[in-house]
Amino acid sequence: MSTRTLISPAVLAKRRGKRLYWSAFALVTGGFTVVFLGPLYWLVSSGFKDTQEVVRTPPTLVPESFTPENYSRAWEVMDLSSLLFNTFYYAFGALAFQLILDVAAAYSLSRLRPVLGKAILGMMLATLMIPATVLVVPQYLTVLDVPIVERNLLNTPWAIWLPSVTNAFNIFLLKRFFDSIPKELLDAASMDGASPMRVLWSIVLPISRPILGVVSIFAVVGVWKDFLWPMLTLPDPAKQTLNVGIYSLSNGVPVNVLIAALTIASLPTLIVFLIFQRNIMGGLTAGSLKG
Amino acid sequence: MSAPSLTPSKAGSSRRSTPRPEGPAPGGAFAKSLRRNLTAHSFLIGAVVCFAVFSWWPMAREFLLAFQRTESGESVWVGLDNFRTVFNDPAFWQAWGNTLWYTALALVLGFLVPFVLAITINEFRHGKGYLRLLVYLPVMLPPVAAVLLFQYLYDPGYGLLNELLGLLHLPEQQWLQDADIAMFALVIASTWMNMGGATLIYLAALQGIPGELYEAAELDGAGLFRKIWHVTIPQTRLILSLMLLMQIIATMQVFVEPFLLTGGAGPEGSTTTVVYLIYQYAFNFDNYGAAAALGLLLLVLLAGFSAAYVKLSRAEEE
Repeated sequence: MSTRTLISPAVLAKRRGKRLYWSAFALVTGGFTVVFLGPLYWLVSSGFKDTQEVVRTPPTLVPESFTPENYSRAWEVMDLSSLLFNTFYYAFGALAFQLILDVAAAYSLSRLRPVLGKAILGMMLATLMIPATVLVVPQYLTVLDVPIVERNLLNTPWAIWLPSVTNAFNIFLLKRFFDSIPKELLDAASMDGASPMRVLWSIVLPISRPILGVVSIFAVVGVWKDFLWPMLTLPDPAKQTLNVGIYSLSNGVPVNVLIAALTIASLPTLIVFLIFQRNIMGGLTAGSLKG
Repeated sequence: MSAPSLTPSKAGSSRRSTPRPEGPAPGGAFAKSLRRNLTAHSFLIGAVVCFAVFSWWPMAREFLLAFQRTESGESVWVGLDNFRTVFNDPAFWQAWGNTLWYTALALVLGFLVPFVLAITINEFRHGKGYLRLLVYLPVMLPPVAAVLLFQYLYDPGYGLLNELLGLLHLPEQQWLQDADIAMFALVIASTWMNMGGATLIYLAALQGIPGELYEAAELDGAGLFRKIWHVTIPQTRLILSLMLLMQIIATMQVFVEPFLLTGGAGPEGSTTTVVYLIYQYAFNFDNYGAAAALGLLLLVLLAGFSAAYVKLSRAEEE
């Protein structure tokens, strides 16, 4: 990158500038590594310590004991396989619902423009103004007894999937992207007699891959990171998510086993992040900044 | 996948003003318009039903609940009784005080630090990708993992943090057990977990500042701090204000950090927050009316910030 920033290249080219630059760079890079990677190192390494070493003072920087059994014990005691499976199930189910219903809605609002479409979009966006935590109580009561169909969704995946569709921000992002697709492209297809469904499927969706990627990642990560809502709506231990399951068992297991469990729980999202970091970080700024 | 493709051009927006052929139309056109609308609404219906059931109805219900009480399965109107209950709760003022204190602390740490870091990283010619990756890493952790990790670091007996303080010859702290310190401990953990997003957004904003502005400022003899004050901050003012508002809205709703780190209330109630109090009313005391009343107060307070946010982001779009 050659863009000009705060400090002029002329200053940086000087000997003193160079020395300052490199010392600041070393300081920040070193500091970041310690502050952000340090706790993660501590997490992984403490997971290998035995029961005495993990609570020893002073703590050991490099584990002296090596007990990888902690990880297998954590896996069994906390039933991590079923917690992981549940979380995957909820996250990808929510993703499917959001991709189908929110994409269809955004497409309709952007391209098909039904009567009252603007009002509906306005009401959807209005939900962004309501603090999410305030809505938790009435939402919970709604899940206990869904109006009209009179069903109790407690301890069913629907309690996660259906409310996840009400993601006005995703609809907004999708609609804004669909708005930007050249009109001529879609009109040509309609002229050839393609139905709206066909236009969506064969023209809009292929063009929209980048934004679909962003929306998908945020949908999955959103469910993965949620805590309060799954704790309330999935109280059955057999149906809990990773976050809630680990939390509810955290007092009953030895520290080193708990830490091993935390490491295992962190791995999936960290791996996803390392693979999709460009999309995730790009999507983050695309969602907040325009232009 | 290139970044520019995520930021749509203005091509679509010009269409918005094109008037739709409507009004008195022959039967054929009416049928056509009807069919078009039916198709459009059939695409919308799924999301609209979800919004209606899980968003719009709960929003309305929040208002109803605040003025009702449930007596043997029946909802009874009780006027302002719920608000009286909430106001007379000794925890009420403490919770607001704690929440405001948390918000203030989180702003100092979570608003200033990411901006300063972003300015610094933006100057580097090397390793930007690595630094961006690091700062965003904690955001991807499941919150329970991050919070329980901090609990281990904060432990008064064998925690790493007290060990580090000891090395620096500083007094050890009862991080989560001391009423005066617990809130700081929460803010540190929460900032570590959440500052990545803000840092990346500031970085993107800084990259949009035209370099000529700095050159011009230098010609006028401006030093480093004057350049920041007269160029960097004015150029990023909008995004800074938006992030400030967003952060206030988010931190005023803090729940997970105190709930997990200090069991909610904390030592001497020092970490009871408004949302934790709402949680307690609803799920420990089965008093949905009081929970809704307190929620409504929070909603009204935050609505001001939300409205300012919407107004500002409209301004950005123009």
